[in-house]
Amino acid sequence: MLQITDLHAEIAGKPILKGLSLTVNAGEVHAIMGPNGAGKSTLSYVLGGRPGYEVTGGSVSFEGQDLLEMEPHERAAAGLFLGFQYPVEIPGVSNVQFLREALNSQRKLRGHEPLSGGEFLKLATEKAALLKLDMDMLKRHVNVGFSGGEKKRAEMVQMGILDPKLAILDETDSGLDIDALRVVGEGINAIMRAPDKAVLLITHYQRLLEYVRPDYVHILSGGRIVKTGGPELALALEREGYDAVMAA
Amino acid sequence: MSAAVLPTRKDEAWRYAAVEALRGVDLDDWRFLDVAAGESLRDCIVIEDRPGAPEGTVLHRLRVNVGEGGRCELFAVLAAELYARIEVEVTLGRGAHFTFGGVTVGGRDTVREFVTRVIHAEPEATSSQVVRSVHWGQGTGNFLGTIEVARHAQKTDAAQSFKGLLLEKGASVNAVPQLEIFADDVKCAHGATVGQLDEAARFYMAARGLSPEAARRLLVRAFIGDAFVALDDEAARERLMRAALDKLDRHL
Repeated sequence: MLQITDLHAEIAGKPILKGLSLTVNAGEVHAIMGPNGAGKSTLSYVLGGRPGYEVTGGSVSFEGQDLLEMEPHERAAAGLFLGFQYPVEIPGVSNVQFLREALNSQRKLRGHEPLSGGEFLKLATEKAALLKLDMDMLKRHVNVGFSGGEKKRAEMVQMGILDPKLAILDETDSGLDIDALRVVGEGINAIMRAPDKAVLLITHYQRLLEYVRPDYVHILSGGRIVKTGGPELALALEREGYDAVMAA
Repeated sequence: MSAAVLPTRKDEAWRYAAVEALRGVDLDDWRFLDVAAGESLRDCIVIEDRPGAPEGTVLHRLRVNVGEGGRCELFAVLAAELYARIEVEVTLGRGAHFTFGGVTVGGRDTVREFVTRVIHAEPEATSSQVVRSVHWGQGTGNFLGTIEVARHAQKTDAAQSFKGLLLEKGASVNAVPQLEIFADDVKCAHGATVGQLDEAARFYMAARGLSPEAARRLLVRAFIGDAFVALDDEAARERLMRAALDKLDRHL
């Protein structure tokens, strides 16, 4: 589904990713862990196409298409979902209005008919219930006045509504209390655990991985994947720290 | 009859005006409105493109008297003409209220402006003005707003808010708030900001599948919506919003 080959990227002339390679197949959950400054967030932004993140080498193919050639909104329509570490507040724009337009824009690019207001509300209500987010929250402006945990749950509601093929979740577990972590973890499983879907979880901690069990765990350090293993690698990291595990 | 002498940019109220576009325009053509005590009046003015008609100058000059406890609400969109200007002079009686909501949009080298003078002549009157300007190309949007509070007009509550959104380099907005307060027990608030579209919001919206145009339209809609929040007629509000947003869609 996603094939990253020898990816190099920089921000304002400073190299961050230095030859990163990674293959994610349909049906798989991959976790990327790594110390601060390793390039984890940069990887997610490069894959999402954020302006200012310049790719200087390598390639990324998504479902057989050249991802790096696509505009950010085209990547979304192709089935890529980027979960933000810091979801953005948009005053004056309601969640319902935002998500309905987003979904219908994606459907249009895929050649599908738009959903009516009624159909959309039914879908949104169902996904909000899955994440235990009050429907009233979706009538409010996008992320405005939401707590950290509410923002992350709202992100997962967005993911449920947009129904992507590949979710790249950048520290979706940060800012969550234990109950919210379980709700979000179960939400990710319900929405994304399917033979034709895949997840790339970027996280600092092992705890989210107790709910969303990864098939592979990678350690990202110095802009490259330096070690790959199974779920036991995350446990070892938690126990021994990055320095010890990477040295082993 | 036309004024013999055209105003110049040295006149404070014409400081950012396209004065050269005033030739042949009847400057004495003031419209007078009287809102009797306890009565309400609402007016919406939309200056938009008329298919086939040549572009030029449109000037609306309006003098409003609002009697004791009366209400006047004016809402306007300036979305056409090389030079469009709405001037409003309002005199408020005791406990009277004035609401103004204005939006300017435009590109190329057009100039669109609101000039208001709100005179709190008697105590306890309130006024609230909200202007939002969205410009691109070499377009200019201006809001020159004067608030005068007479010596005995205690308990006056006046507010003025201006925000400009520049979509391209080369566009400009000017805000000139002027407060002349001669009473001591009054509230007068004013604020003015200028900015660009929020890049973080644009990327967030793109990451959810919105095209740059759709994201911009939603953000601009939210931005100009402030000017019409006080208008409690949904159809009228939509009509004003559409006039402004359609201009943006057609010309950018």
